[in-house]
Amino acid sequence: MSGLLSFSDVTVRFAGQERPAVDGVTLDLRAGEMFGLVGESGSGKSTLANAVLGLLPGSAQVTGSIRLNGREVLGLSEEELRQVRGDEAAMIFQDASASLDPTWPVGDQIAETIRAHRPVSRREAERRAVELMAEVGIPDAARRSREAPHRFSGGMRQRIVIAAALANDPRLLIADEPTTALDVTIQAQVLQLIDRLRRDHGTTVLLITHDLGVVAQVCDRVGVMRGGRLLEVAMGANLFARPTHPYTRALLAANPATAPRGSRLPVIPPEWSVESLGPGGADG
Amino acid sequence: MSGTLAFVLRRLLVTLPVLVAMSVLVFLIIHLVPGDPVRTMLGFRATDATVAEMRHQLGLDRPLVEQYASWASGLLRGDLGTDLVSHAPLSELLAQRLPVTFELAGLSMLLAVAAGVPLGVRAATGGRWTRRLTDGFVVFGVSVPDFWLGIMLVILFAGLLAWLPPSGHVAFSDDPMGNLRYMALPVLTLAVGEAAYILRTTRGAVESVLGRPFVTFLRAKGLSPRRIVYGHALRNAGPSIVTVIGIQVGVLLGGAIVIEQLFGLPGVGKLIVTGITQRNYPVVQAGVLAIATIFILVSLLTDLIVGWLDPRVADAVST
Amino acid sequence: MTSLGLPAPPARAPQRRPGRLILLGLLALLILGAAAAAAPWLAPWDPEEMDVMGVMGPPSAAHPFGSDVMGRDVLSRVLFALRASLLVSTSAVAASLLVAVPLGLLAGYFGTWVDSVVSRGLDMILVLPAMLLAITFIAILGPGSVVAALAIAVIYLPILARVMRTGALVVTRNDYVLGARARGASHLRVLLTHVLPNALGPVVVQASILAGFALQLEAGLSFLGLGVQPPTPSLGSMLAEGRDVLTIAPWVEVFPGLAIVLAVLAFTLLGEGLRQAFDPEGVAE
Repeated sequence: MSGLLSFSDVTVRFAGQERPAVDGVTLDLRAGEMFGLVGESGSGKSTLANAVLGLLPGSAQVTGSIRLNGREVLGLSEEELRQVRGDEAAMIFQDASASLDPTWPVGDQIAETIRAHRPVSRREAERRAVELMAEVGIPDAARRSREAPHRFSGGMRQRIVIAAALANDPRLLIADEPTTALDVTIQAQVLQLIDRLRRDHGTTVLLITHDLGVVAQVCDRVGVMRGGRLLEVAMGANLFARPTHPYTRALLAANPATAPRGSRLPVIPPEWSVESLGPGGADG
Repeated sequence: MSGTLAFVLRRLLVTLPVLVAMSVLVFLIIHLVPGDPVRTMLGFRATDATVAEMRHQLGLDRPLVEQYASWASGLLRGDLGTDLVSHAPLSELLAQRLPVTFELAGLSMLLAVAAGVPLGVRAATGGRWTRRLTDGFVVFGVSVPDFWLGIMLVILFAGLLAWLPPSGHVAFSDDPMGNLRYMALPVLTLAVGEAAYILRTTRGAVESVLGRPFVTFLRAKGLSPRRIVYGHALRNAGPSIVTVIGIQVGVLLGGAIVIEQLFGLPGVGKLIVTGITQRNYPVVQAGVLAIATIFILVSLLTDLIVGWLDPRVADAVST
Repeated sequence: MTSLGLPAPPARAPQRRPGRLILLGLLALLILGAAAAAAPWLAPWDPEEMDVMGVMGPPSAAHPFGSDVMGRDVLSRVLFALRASLLVSTSAVAASLLVAVPLGLLAGYFGTWVDSVVSRGLDMILVLPAMLLAITFIAILGPGSVVAALAIAVIYLPILARVMRTGALVVTRNDYVLGARARGASHLRVLLTHVLPNALGPVVVQASILAGFALQLEAGLSFLGLGVQPPTPSLGSMLAEGRDVLTIAPWVEVFPGLAIVLAVLAFTLLGEGLRQAFDPEGVAE
């Protein structure tokens, strides 16, 4: 299997914790797809995402294999990882305000990503940064690239973050809860933006979220995680129409967006411990 | 650009009343002296006639407000009054002495920042031993009184090693090398204490910034650690560091008063101390005014720099 | 530490054992304080007594710290000087607290115009750097230990008041304060029983640190001849005296200097130790 990003039996253990945060996850992402990884808080989805670019804290032990474009990234040195980050693969996080340096003009924050990986002049990088800002939908980009982050709205800031992440045309974009901190109306816009950019550039996107509604909007395939384990993977439409795993079914039934109209929202029984749910099956 | 201009103007507007208030306080010095300041100045052997004449000369027999008005307008014209003992115009005296104090304070702060900031960054990002060493240096620098350190340095460099002179001064314009040799120990003395504070602040501020979430995204963008620390962390830590530097300039000016005495430097500090012992109030007033003005202007400069470093400050509506 | 040299995700900086620092500082202070207080009985010689035969004699059995230019016993003088310096600095900080605590409490508790007035007023004091303010005081009122103590008290007033104010502000927001008021407790009662005890921590830390600075300030003033006046010896004036004979009789300079450094260090250690226990957020400067 040589997809763009493949996890092979990946396990992440934190020092002093009994249960692994990620437990034997095997998953393949195909080039150009938008893969949604859902799960409740603590399911290990963010941990898995952070493991790809080596952004886990020092106390984490990762076993297994993570291959990016056929190359093993687990075990790379910090300098090698640094070269991958922002170039071959990029990652964006939940709170855009917490991702931008409050004292730097936004244009420079995009430009520095370019200059970190490409031997271009400052002027060229700045020009490119303005282009990127326009591409993500910031009006009057040239002038606004000189402004500091606090002058922008939350949605705009996330667009800028996306621009910075995609500056070097990475093959993989990992988006960890990119819309969670935004208003519902803006959420849709940002998701559409990510989807459009993906299709325009052929980028593979790993979208992490706890919100099934988000997934329903834009994802090709969906994976469900709980307690560090990957329970089910299916085509988006299939997952919602014919969920196989009982947990998934319960999730869908409990989500107001996907639950049948007029039904009572069920509660996922606490006695459904992680162990009892068993390992999931990966569906092509 | 008008945003920046508005910010600068606002800061200037705030500084003006402070300068005025300070000048009023300084002006009142001579009036707050218990008893009769004129008699104190002239000594108990002065006759009533002499006292009355001096009082008239100093304008102390006029209403308070009038006195202040003429004193203040004199200041703006560059007339700071006359030295009671030498009868020299104080503006001349200060013109001679200020450069010495400037040089002392300026070089000390320069050295302190040049040492303190990089060491502070190293302490924030370095290993255990770097931290231990810098911790020790900080405790030392903060606890040891500067004039004691000065004395120790004199013992070492002027006494034991005889590399540098223990006291004295020569103008830079007359003999640059000589000037630096005389200034070396005083500057070093003051710089050590200041560097300790600056190091401590830099370290704390940089550490704090490096713990913030945006640093994670910087790493995710694949930026080098060097860039993250010096381009981003230091810039964000800048306001705290610059603020402390501003405060420390005040401490430095105070310390300079003592150090000038210790090393026999003909600066404003020494002038003030001599003036106090002579009961030469006009001199004291002029000297205090000069130093306080410098300090207030430096505070203004500090504010402006902080505003430049952090765009959020300049945009804030409230002062 | 990650291999980047960047710190790992924020955990608090490793705690040095707080107990040890406080203990060390406290111990040192107690020793110094006791020695200073007991100076009249502890000192082997009268500090003014001049042993004309033993002028500038090196440390010996008769004079453990040596003797100075006028044949006076350095050890005895150091003890009495320590006493004077400690007295000035601690009383200055105590006096400052006496005014700063109520002012800070009122400013932080009531807020609004009370806060504005108090804060603006205190900010005026900050206009002049510390040493300069002290010198100005002395210029007006004349040199002496009382004036020095008064000047130092005024200098540190804004800092202590501000720390108290910050604490009071934070504590006042808490529900138990609102609850007490709702139960009909008077402002005074609330201030004394709820706000003050809970906000006092950083103030104590700050006071301890400032005591060390006060000592340095006093020594500086005495060095300039503006602080404690002769015949009472003071550490600063001893340093001034010893300068002239630095090369021939270094002990005259070294021992008073050591005394200052030890005393300041003791206050600093105590302050840092207290900080770990009472002011973990570092409100105090």
